[in-house]
Amino acid sequence: MYDIWEGIIQAFQLVYTLNPDLIEISIRSLKVTLSALAVSSIIALPLAAILAVRRFKFRRIIIALLNALMGLPPVVVGLLVYILLSRSGPFGILDLLYTTTAMVIAQTIIITPLITSIAHQSLRELWSEYHDLLISMNTSHLQRIKTLLWDARRALLTASLAGFGRGIGEVGAIMIVGGNIDHATRVLTTAVALETSKGDFALALALGFVLILIAVALNLGTHWLSKTESEGRW
Amino acid sequence: MFPLIAENLVVEVKGKRIVGPIGLELSKGDIAVILGPNGSGKTTLLKSLHGITKTKHGAITWSCSKSESMAKQMFVFQSPVMLRRSVFENLTYPLMLRKTPKAEINRLAAEWISKISLKEVMHVSATRLSGGEKQKLALARALITKPEMLFLDEPTASLDGKTTIAIEKLLKNCAENGTTIMMSTHDIGQAKRLAKNILFLNKGKLESTQPAKTFFLEPISHNARRFIAGDIVE
Repeated sequence: MYDIWEGIIQAFQLVYTLNPDLIEISIRSLKVTLSALAVSSIIALPLAAILAVRRFKFRRIIIALLNALMGLPPVVVGLLVYILLSRSGPFGILDLLYTTTAMVIAQTIIITPLITSIAHQSLRELWSEYHDLLISMNTSHLQRIKTLLWDARRALLTASLAGFGRGIGEVGAIMIVGGNIDHATRVLTTAVALETSKGDFALALALGFVLILIAVALNLGTHWLSKTESEGRW
Repeated sequence: MFPLIAENLVVEVKGKRIVGPIGLELSKGDIAVILGPNGSGKTTLLKSLHGITKTKHGAITWSCSKSESMAKQMFVFQSPVMLRRSVFENLTYPLMLRKTPKAEINRLAAEWISKISLKEVMHVSATRLSGGEKQKLALARALITKPEMLFLDEPTASLDGKTTIAIEKLLKNCAENGTTIMMSTHDIGQAKRLAKNILFLNKGKLESTQPAKTFFLEPISHNARRFIAGDIVE
């Protein structure tokens, strides 16, 4: 109980004094996860729309696979990305291991199936509602996909936020591919893991509280900006 | 574009024959009303002629190419499908698809929004409209593109008298402006008010095609005679 209170007090102190290390780590955490989220959304949202609108061979298998990959173990992803980016790996020449880019790659792999699956559920329902109308209006596949993505934008925002939540709280994969290097690849989750292993529970808790604060603030901010709960919205 | 000719048309759903074999011809300027008991295949026939429902056998031909004919026809459903957008955005959606200049979109939108008396709710979500308002909007959305062919599936089913009158007025105006209409209805009074020709459908078969005047005075089909008399036709 003492550790929790001390952690809370230290967290406030760190935030209040704008502790440079904390700010640096928090900004890096946000940069990595938001970059992964941007890349992932560019891949996942159109893919989800294509899976909802088009009928093609192996479509069901792809959907089942994406659903299964939602529970992808981050440590395994980290290991695979490590092997691919290591000096002896196929992409070793790019020299990306132990950089934030490697962390972005790992997080993108982890959150893309999650965002795709959640987005697909929403878009599939909307497509069943719009199907006859859009066919009757002689729309092209691209027009259908654009319409679905626009009209389901609030549900897609929720899908992206779920991806953000998974990404910002992820530790296993980014620890492996980032190496938790101070002032280079250390982010909030890896810092929490490090401080815990050192026995500095108060600082670990402080970092943990800041992590929760960022996640909650970003979610609330996004919902507020998009007026998700406003009357008359969809 | 005309005539529309359907030859030996058969529609099956999961191996069960819903419509056919049917042959019919529709000329420019016609107002053809499909009458028939519940489950006779009216909706399926309309959807297959328009191209939403695939046919098992037979041919549907227009005097122009399929893509050209699809661009010149519209469909209004019994339960109007509203995009999750505002009334204005729903109304102008087909114009956006056709990449109509913005000034022209605004001009047409102002004209049609006043025709259907929805100016006050122009920027409200279309999903919040009443059933009658939605149907008027769906009809205006179809007519705003000045289609040469308009299919309507029971457009006034379960609507009040005032809305029915408004919709019939819009239909008469569009017919006077050269749009060919094919619609289904349960309402014999509506068929009398609007139809030039009546197609009587029963158990998926076209039992008779007659001019409206002679159909109501001397129906050639025994079942049509019973239907007009108010008997239950099975």
